[in-house]
Amino acid sequence: MNFTNGAQLLEYCETENKTISEAMFARETEFLEQPAERTRERMARAWSIMQAAAQRPMTEELVSMGGMIGGESKKLHDLRTEGKSICGDVVSKAVAYAVGVLEVNASMGLIVAAPTAGSSGVIPGVLCALKEQYGFTDEQICQALFNAAAIGYLVTRNATTAGAEGGCQAEVGSASAMAASAAVELFGGTPAQCLDAASFAMINILGLVCDPIGGLVENPCQGRNAMGASNALVAAEMALAGIHCITPIDETIGVVYAVGRSIPSELRETSLGGMATAKTACEVCAACAAKRRQDAEEAEEKKKGWFNRDNEAFKPF
Amino acid sequence: MNEIGTFDIIGPNMIGPSSSHTAGALRIAFIAGKMVEQPVKVHFILYGSFARTYRGHGTDRALVGGILGYHPDDERIRDSFRYAREAGLRISFEENVTDKDIYPNTVDVFLTGKNGEKMTVRGESIGGGNAVITRLNDVEVELTGNYSTLVVEHADKKGTLAFMTTVLSAYDLNIASMRLYRESRGKVAYAVIEVDNKINEGVISAMKGFEAVRNVIMVPAVELS
Repeated sequence: MNFTNGAQLLEYCETENKTISEAMFARETEFLEQPAERTRERMARAWSIMQAAAQRPMTEELVSMGGMIGGESKKLHDLRTEGKSICGDVVSKAVAYAVGVLEVNASMGLIVAAPTAGSSGVIPGVLCALKEQYGFTDEQICQALFNAAAIGYLVTRNATTAGAEGGCQAEVGSASAMAASAAVELFGGTPAQCLDAASFAMINILGLVCDPIGGLVENPCQGRNAMGASNALVAAEMALAGIHCITPIDETIGVVYAVGRSIPSELRETSLGGMATAKTACEVCAACAAKRRQDAEEAEEKKKGWFNRDNEAFKPF
Repeated sequence: MNEIGTFDIIGPNMIGPSSSHTAGALRIAFIAGKMVEQPVKVHFILYGSFARTYRGHGTDRALVGGILGYHPDDERIRDSFRYAREAGLRISFEENVTDKDIYPNTVDVFLTGKNGEKMTVRGESIGGGNAVITRLNDVEVELTGNYSTLVVEHADKKGTLAFMTTVLSAYDLNIASMRLYRESRGKVAYAVIEVDNKINEGVISAMKGFEAVRNVIMVPAVELS
């Protein structure tokens, strides 16, 4: 069993009466010949890493490498527990967990790139919130992750999930589409509704540029992960309500790719445009902050003689 | 083209913040670290985007973690400098922002092993945590670390290839790919042999039994997921 586009996936699901997650699992075990047991174990491990990353910032103060982010997740959780959330529980949690995973990522903690490290907060954000709020089991969530993987696979195969190629719309946009589709399946939506949700999520983020300050995965990436998570919930809600997306997912993916190609290179991860060049952003530039902080740390180590940077006497051979 | 699987999308499991600048860098150093016996001194030259953003991406820590043999999801990576010191590994870094006609995420790794043997390795981080070794000393090669790999350094002499395949077959190793690279005719050559199974130590000593073979290096597959 294999599929290379959304039309084939949908046809398989409808004729075989399967969910998208079942189709992706069948592709993995039949077409790619991966053992079923091992495949489930690997997904369970990915989900456990996602949950741990989402929870970590609630109990631990994390300092990002660039020094631009840290503590945002806790602030969002605190706002909600104080009863002051505007978004309500589900969205508030999804957003708080999503930004938390980015804190972990930026401080060299363990995350699952899903589909990329820069967009790694979206899927755990949405799924942790849904688990907590609606009591889904870990088995149900792991199954839904195969649904998310199917969407990510379609985008990777037929377009790109790399910010350098397609901008943030390709990165957080894909993650958001994956989360939206998985959420619809968890709520009992049809495969067609899952694909509609994925389309809505991507269309809503169409054109978003990738402009990391200092070239680092901190800011504005963290906020965009929060947006990607909330957008996934919005897209899932629309699809579950029976709103039909005007384009089939294959066309949506084609549009994402075409728009990505037309984004100038300054706005595709090169940090030569967008937020990366805003005056104040340059002043707090993460790369420079990181350099200053690490220089101070290393000054001590250098005295001990085992470690050095840019020292002629230390050159090789 | 390699088929995209579930865990290429939900994965890799990795230490952040960047698959290309952290996980991919580690992969290069992981492979490079196997090229000499127990590295005691390593110097890195970083190019392009690596040179400009390596501190904020923890590229330096990932590189050191790779030399120490860590996998991309090892939580010791963040503190790899400390572990390097404890292991008696001396490390140094150099930025090269002047060479422009080089792949943006490239690093040269200069290794010295505990017995004084030296090796220079160039690697490129090509995205998604993947990497390719493009140079061993002065010889251009291609090595990904996706498979268990044998690197055989040998004099460019007739009969070497036949000998190597005989050894592989005797040890029941299935070859996924085999490529030969040489600096120039009659000089140093490298055979890069990727196999499906795990490589056992016996293969290495058997390979060394041929007079043209100078060195045999074993690189285990880098686990990504």
